[in-house]
Parts: sequence; C-alpha cells; structure tokens
Amino acid sequence: MIKLEKLSKVFETPGGGSVIAADQVSMEVPEGEICVLLGPSGCGKTTTLKMINGLIQKTSGKIWVAGCDTDEQDPVQLRRSIGYVIQQIGLFPNMTIEDNICVVPDLLGWDKTKSRRRAGELLELVNLDPGIFLKRYPKELSGGQQQRVGVIRALAADPPVLLMDEPFGAIDPINRAVIQDEFLKMQTELRKTIAFVSHDIDEAIKMADKIAIFKDGVLEQYDSPDDLLARPANDFIASFLGQDRTLKRLSLLQVQDVMFGDQVRVMARDDLEKARGLMREVGHKNIVMVGPRGRARGYLHLNDILDSTGKVEEHYQGLPATVNIRDDLRSAVSKMFRHDTTWLVCVDDEGFFKGSITQRAISHALGATYRDSDVATGAAAEAL
Amino acid sequence: METLVFIGQNLDVIAERTVQHVSIVGVAIGLAILTGVPIGILITLNARAASIVLYVAAIIITIPSIALFGLMIPILSLIGQGVGYLPAVIAVLLYSQLPIIRNTYTAISNVDPALREAARGLGMTPSQRLRRVEIPLAIPVVMAGVRIAVVMNIGITAIAAYIGAGGLGVFIARGISQSDPRQLITGALFVSLLAIVSDYFLMWLQRRLTPASSSSRAAGPSELG
Ligand SMILES: Nc1ncnc2c1ncn2[C@@H]1O[C@H](COP(=O)(O)OP(=O)(O)OP(=O)(O)O)[C@@H](O)[C@H]1O
Ligand SMILES: [Mg+2]
Repeated sequence: MIKLEKLSKVFETPGGGSVIAADQVSMEVPEGEICVLLGPSGCGKTTTLKMINGLIQKTSGKIWVAGCDTDEQDPVQLRRSIGYVIQQIGLFPNMTIEDNICVVPDLLGWDKTKSRRRAGELLELVNLDPGIFLKRYPKELSGGQQQRVGVIRALAADPPVLLMDEPFGAIDPINRAVIQDEFLKMQTELRKTIAFVSHDIDEAIKMADKIAIFKDGVLEQYDSPDDLLARPANDFIASFLGQDRTLKRLSLLQVQDVMFGDQVRVMARDDLEKARGLMREVGHKNIVMVGPRGRARGYLHLNDILDSTGKVEEHYQGLPATVNIRDDLRSAVSKMFRHDTTWLVCVDDEGFFKGSITQRAISHALGATYRDSDVATGAAAEAL
Repeated sequence: METLVFIGQNLDVIAERTVQHVSIVGVAIGLAILTGVPIGILITLNARAASIVLYVAAIIITIPSIALFGLMIPILSLIGQGVGYLPAVIAVLLYSQLPIIRNTYTAISNVDPALREAARGLGMTPSQRLRRVEIPLAIPVVMAGVRIAVVMNIGITAIAAYIGAGGLGVFIARGISQSDPRQLITGALFVSLLAIVSDYFLMWLQRRLTPASSSSRAAGPSELG
C-alpha cells in the first residue's frame, strides 16, 4: 500500500522564485493495484514519485509505504525495500546483466548463489534466455531487452511496492505493447503495489487499476480508467483524455462483458423448418450453426431461407469472422468494420460458440459505464 | 654504426640506468595515483574546491622542470636531500597531479546522472555508489590520465640527471657536455623506447581494467599524437 497525505514539494529556483511541483497531493494506492500517474510534461509526476522513495525531499505532507511512515525509516533501507525503475533504464555498464539484476540482493547481503539463481528465473519471466543474457553487458542488449532487465532488477529483492517512472518509454510502440502485456501477466501473479508514471493515455488505460491525473502539481482526478473516461471531472481532464475518449473505453471492455450468451443454435443435420422456428421464437434474423461438439461453423439468415426446404447444411453460409470472448471491444469493432457487419459470433479459445455481439450492444455499453451495462437490454439484441 | 657499437658495449649500464629511470617514474606515479585519485574524487563534491585544485595543478605543470629542480634544492637541502633521487620523485609526483586529478574529476563528474540516480534509488549509500559504480566507470579515463603522466614524466626524469638522480638522462647530459653523439643518441633513443613501451603496456592494462563492453575509450597520449 502507498498512501500520500497532503504531500507538497516547492522547488526554489535560482532566480529567487519558486515552483510548486506537487501541491497537497493526497491519494492511496491499495495493496496489489497499479496506479498510473498521468499528466502533461512538468505537472509533477516524477517529483511525486521520487518523494515516495526519498530521492526528492518533500516540503510537507506524509507518506506511508506498506503501512510505515517513511519519515521514521532510514532512506537507504527504505529504498532497498522499494523496487525502482527509472525512465532512463540506468543499467550499470560495468556490471553483467546478472550483477545488475542482483544489485539490491547484494546490498541486502543475500546469499549469492540464491540471488544468481533468481536472476535467471526473472530473466525467463520476461522471455530472455538466461543462458544467453546473464553474462552479457548492458550495451550488448537492445533497448527493449535493457528495459526488461531494468524492470526485473526492481523485482529482484521481491519488494512489495514498486515505483516505475515511464518504464516503457524508450522503446518502439510494438515492443512496448509486448512488454506491457508481459508485465501485466507478471502482475497477475506478483500482485505488487505499483505507482507508475506515464504520459501516454493509452498506456495508462491499459495498465492502470486507477489513474491519477495531475496538472501543475495538483491531483485533478483519481479514478478507475473507465470512470475517468466516462466522467472526466473538468474540461482540462476531458481535453487531456482527448475527443475520442469514448472510443478509448473500447479497449477496457472485453467481448464477454457485452455479448449475449446462451444463444439458440442449430446443427448441420437439422431441418430449415427448425431453424426458422427458433429464429421466430427469439426474434432474431440470424442463427448460428454449430458442429457436433459445439464449435461455431456457419450461420443462416432468415430472409435467405424464408421459402427454402431441406437441411441446414445445404444452406448455411460461412462465418466472415469470429471474435474471442476475451478480445477487447476495440478489436471486435475493428472486425465489424472490416467485414461490414453489425454482429459477430463469439467463441472461446477452442472455437466453441459462446454467444454473439452486436454494434448496438457495444454502443449501449459505451453509453453507460460498464458496471451498469451488465444488465443488457433486449433492444440491443435487435441486430441479431 | 658507432652508436650501435656503443650500445652493444654498454648494455649493462643502459640496463642499470633504465632501472633507475623506471624506479623514479614508477614510484612517483604510484604515489601520484594514491594522492591524485582521492583528490579528484573529493573535489567532485565541491565545484569551488575543484576549480581551485585544478588551477593550482595547472600552474604547477607550467613550471619548467629545471626551475622546479632549482627551487627544491634549498628546501630539500634542509634534510640533506637537495639533489638526487628524492627531488626527482617529488617533481614527477607534482607534474603527475594535473592529468590524474583532472581525469579522475572529469570521469567521476561525467558519470551519467541517470546511473547515479539508479544507484541511489536502488539503495546504495554514497560510498557504495562510489565503489560499485562511479570508480569502476572512471577507471578507463583515470588510466588515460596515468598514461599521459607516465609518458610526460619519462621525458622530465631524463632532465633529473642534472640534479644527480641518475637514469637514462645521464647519457644525454654526458653526451652534451662531452660532445659525444653516441651517448646523446643512445640516451634519447632509450628514453623514447621506454616511453613507447610504457604507453603500450598501460594501454593494455587500461583495456584489461575496462569491463568488456563499457567502451568509453578515453584519449591517451598516443591518440593525442
Ligand atoms: N530540481 C528541480 N529544481 C527546480 N524545479 C524543478 C526541479 N525538478 C523539477 N522541477 C520542476 O517541477 C515541475 C515538475 O517536474 P517533474 O519532473 O515532476 O514533471 P513531470 O510531470 O515528471 O514531467 P515529464 O513528463 O516531463 O517528466 C516542473 O515545472 C519542473 O520544472
Ligand atoms: Mg518525469
């Protein structure tokens, strides 16, 4: 847990003036959550972060880390108990990757063979082969690889709290997305309490349990990404989040959050009569055909078979596309546009038919915040 | 040809004087490292102290060696060491301060601030930061300073022959006073050879002390030309 109470920092500038880099910031990051500090350049994100581990002396206010008042701790000991990832990565060029990862365990006087073994495990966690990388020097690694090492170095002594200052800033967007995903996967197991500085809104939305938006040292809003996008507290936040903030919410929701599950279905050997009957019964214009074990195979459109007779297998059409129930709505919408369709069949990892999703349901979900949208209304099912 | 014959006949004397020469430079540089490196590190803590120390060291290096030897005679005569080995070592020690202090100071103060912050943020104390990060990173640049000092002072030590310190400079001094080109050339040749060999040895050492891939190769005397 990290708790800040009326935390302020005033920098004296050489000209005799002063800059208020943090102004009475109060917030709490609960155990096991990621809080992203977000805001335009110079708004005080880094200053706030560095006050937590004492790299910057606070002017006033209180800080608790893992339940302890930081004023009552020795700053050096405090820093060893907090993982820290700096924006510039900062791997020591005179040490091998192994020694870089083990800096904090070594400072804590841990057993070398144990910490070296852990270094290997941590490298595997971020998909770097220990056999190749342990004995290399930082300069022999690509930027993305260095950044991964920077992150696991902060994890080496297994601190409960992590401070990360734009940890994925220095790499290209594709690699960044990969590392973000790796990191989120790690986090589901590690459950660290994390303060994470970013100036990238999309990164914040992706990584955060909660986002803290700063402006000129003031904490303007502290909310979950979805609440923030749905209800920005003021014009500054709204414009900072961008005109397309509603669309950004698409990536926060998964297909399974808004799809209609338990849909009627037919099998290849069923009569068309049965298919028509089912469609009329539930009021849908389409019905999905599944294979013997329930995999989505194709579909029938009511208008195409109004006067036809025979079996489903003689008339069905292939599915232009399906979405995985764990995809986000952004990729679902993208598929709908690509295939010029207003609905998609939702499947699980094995391809089993799980439900359908419609454009109406998506726009409905965006209109409400997503907690409300759990109660999907019948109207949104219209397109089916 | 005559010179080669002279060299051939006097190998033992040459060896003896080379050893004298090396012992003056070696001892003085060793002491200079022991004083200059800590001074160079200390002055990174205070910009004002740094500019004063570097200024003084720069002034010392501009004093002609003959004048410096002359200055030391009355002072060191008080302990009966006005001429000979001691003033030579002291002169080399003083002349070495500038390259060694300056390179140490520059190397430490040029350590990437991000590395310093990382070290601090991970929980190193100032002295751990110095030992584990800053000094290892500074070694190549400090070594470059040592190389400059060694090469420069091999030349200066040759002049110390005039105050009876021995060394290869004796050949040169006698060559001049006796108008004997054989001795003169022999002295000059072996002083140069010693400088070149030392420089290569130190360059090798510098590479050995530099971690495999921290490739901050600092300019030493041979690159400066
Ligand atoms: N050492 C310092 N002395 C004086 N002013 C400072 C100092 N460090 C930061 N500031 C000022 O404090 C304010 C906040 O700086 P900070 O580095 O926290 O911004 P930031 O939100 O991290 O910005 P960025 O996204 O550009 O990294 C800025 O106006 C900055 O100029
Ligand atoms: Mg910053």
